[in-house]
Amino acid sequence: MTGLISLAIIAPLVAAACSLALRSHPLGRDIAVLAGLGSAALASHIMLVTVARDGTHTVAVGGWAPELGIILVADLFAALILPVALTIIFVVEIFAIGQRRTVWAANPELSGPLLCVLTSGVSLAFLTGDLFTLFVAFELILVSSYVLLTHQGNRSQVRAGMTYVVMNLLASTLFLFGVAFVYTATGTVNMALLAERIPQLDDGVRLGIGAWFLVVFGTKAAVFPLFSWLPDSYPTAPTTITAVFAGLLTKVGIYSMIRFHNLMGMEDLGPIMLLVAALTMVVGVLGALAQSDVKRILSFHVISQIGYMFMGLSLFTVAGTAGAILFLIHHMPVKAVLFLVGGLIENHEGSSSLDRSGGLAGREPLVAVMFAIPALSLAGIPPFSGFVAKLAVVSAAIDRGATVVVVAALVAGGLTLLSMAKIWNEVFWGRRTDGPRPGPAPRRGRRTMHAATALAVAGTLMVALFAGTLLDLSTEAAETLRSPASYIAAVRS
Amino acid sequence: MNTALLLAIGGLTAVGLYLLTSRSLSRIVLGYSLLGHATVVALITAGGRAGWPPIAGRAAPEDMSNPLPQALTLTAIVISFGLTLFLLALARRQRTLSGDDLVEDDLEDRRIAAVESAPTEPEDSVAT
Repeated sequence: MTGLISLAIIAPLVAAACSLALRSHPLGRDIAVLAGLGSAALASHIMLVTVARDGTHTVAVGGWAPELGIILVADLFAALILPVALTIIFVVEIFAIGQRRTVWAANPELSGPLLCVLTSGVSLAFLTGDLFTLFVAFELILVSSYVLLTHQGNRSQVRAGMTYVVMNLLASTLFLFGVAFVYTATGTVNMALLAERIPQLDDGVRLGIGAWFLVVFGTKAAVFPLFSWLPDSYPTAPTTITAVFAGLLTKVGIYSMIRFHNLMGMEDLGPIMLLVAALTMVVGVLGALAQSDVKRILSFHVISQIGYMFMGLSLFTVAGTAGAILFLIHHMPVKAVLFLVGGLIENHEGSSSLDRSGGLAGREPLVAVMFAIPALSLAGIPPFSGFVAKLAVVSAAIDRGATVVVVAALVAGGLTLLSMAKIWNEVFWGRRTDGPRPGPAPRRGRRTMHAATALAVAGTLMVALFAGTLLDLSTEAAETLRSPASYIAAVRS
Repeated sequence: MNTALLLAIGGLTAVGLYLLTSRSLSRIVLGYSLLGHATVVALITAGGRAGWPPIAGRAAPEDMSNPLPQALTLTAIVISFGLTLFLLALARRQRTLSGDDLVEDDLEDRRIAAVESAPTEPEDSVAT
């Protein structure tokens, strides 16, 4: 088990080094990247099975005590999210290999190794048991995302990259200040010890820390009103990179909030958080309706969907937290798939702009199906995974009597369907209204891209198929988060 | 708590944040460096009172300063150093591309806002 936890973090880093060393040998480089990402994903799946059976497992790096050293904690929550995240990155990398010969591809010499570093950061962020290592994991993710976003160095990327980098640097600085505040107040940065000490602080200090980290993690997660950097920067990057960003980066912020605010008992912030959740859902989806480019529409939907997870968290009940966790599991693959389909549309139509595409369903029915399934799932139509996840979150909110946020969630759901219908109408039906007809789409690598997307669509269907099991596991994970005694006991032992 | 250090944190943060709101990336780099210094001082302050260097055998453990925030600080310094370099590279790239290092607006967003506010524009032709 110790080996599995280490493997999920170290294998991608080793792969990054190997693929950089092999940068002039395309085959060796790809094998190194896929081996690193694949072994990490495999390790995380075995980890889930082991944790579900045997309970939380911890690794004290270097054998230090929890007060001093780094502790890695594989509890059910981490073990549940990690396989989803790592599998997505693996599938996206397969798509990237297929997309390589088109003009929209990322530069493989850089994107492969950087994706590995990002993967390692994601694993570390999910598994870490202390606040400062979480900061380091965030930086690992962000630094590789800065370079991935701007590595082609064209004008729109550099422009968007500047906003993205400055915004995230500010959030990281606030994170460090937060670490300093927490250390001053409690004398530790270990989350299990914090879960014991923070609830005993004065209300002012305790809620101040909670609100501070709400801003820090909220900026990473792009909640209202801290989301403006996201729809600006995501669409400019190559599709595969946007797919990973949209699938994972904001979710790391939500993950950290679910862990931190539940363990530290921040129930008093609930009402404000519910309001923020309602605004995030509605403003995000309204932004999406105004857009006329597939990638920009999808970027605004990232924000809107974050609202649902945030809403589940803000209820501070077991059912609400379980709903948020299930939503996380549903949302990560669905969002990544939609961006991959966006890449396919770009490949077939020569652009992702709605005005310059039309009638794709007739020419490429497979692409239409692969768009329709995750799109309906995103809108929360049964029997897809989005329905189950939304049901879990909304029914938890009804139980708490949070009517306003329920209404906001339902309105946002309807508008999501509307904006998915807009993409469907303009891209898959109708005729193109603007620009020249595209030449025949490049055939090389198409099969790989289609296979990778189909695999990811199948993954989203699996989430729907095993929704019952996943909800049970989410509830169990939520119970641990809501009553941190077992988490504390596991770290202390 | 040392009042001078607290004032230093406040001052560095204020100037850093002011510079960060600027449009010129070279000023943003300066602002980020100052904010980085502020966090370092804050982390050191979080460690409690000053003492002897925390090296085993040089002083009694109770006279030593707290080594943990120092370790955190060191990590934070390395990260902020690397990011400053990346920001400078980005500023240089922006200068090569546009002749200046200013942070620009999102053009697509401006375009959509312009379409929304000017309904007379024949955007309806798309619907037919």
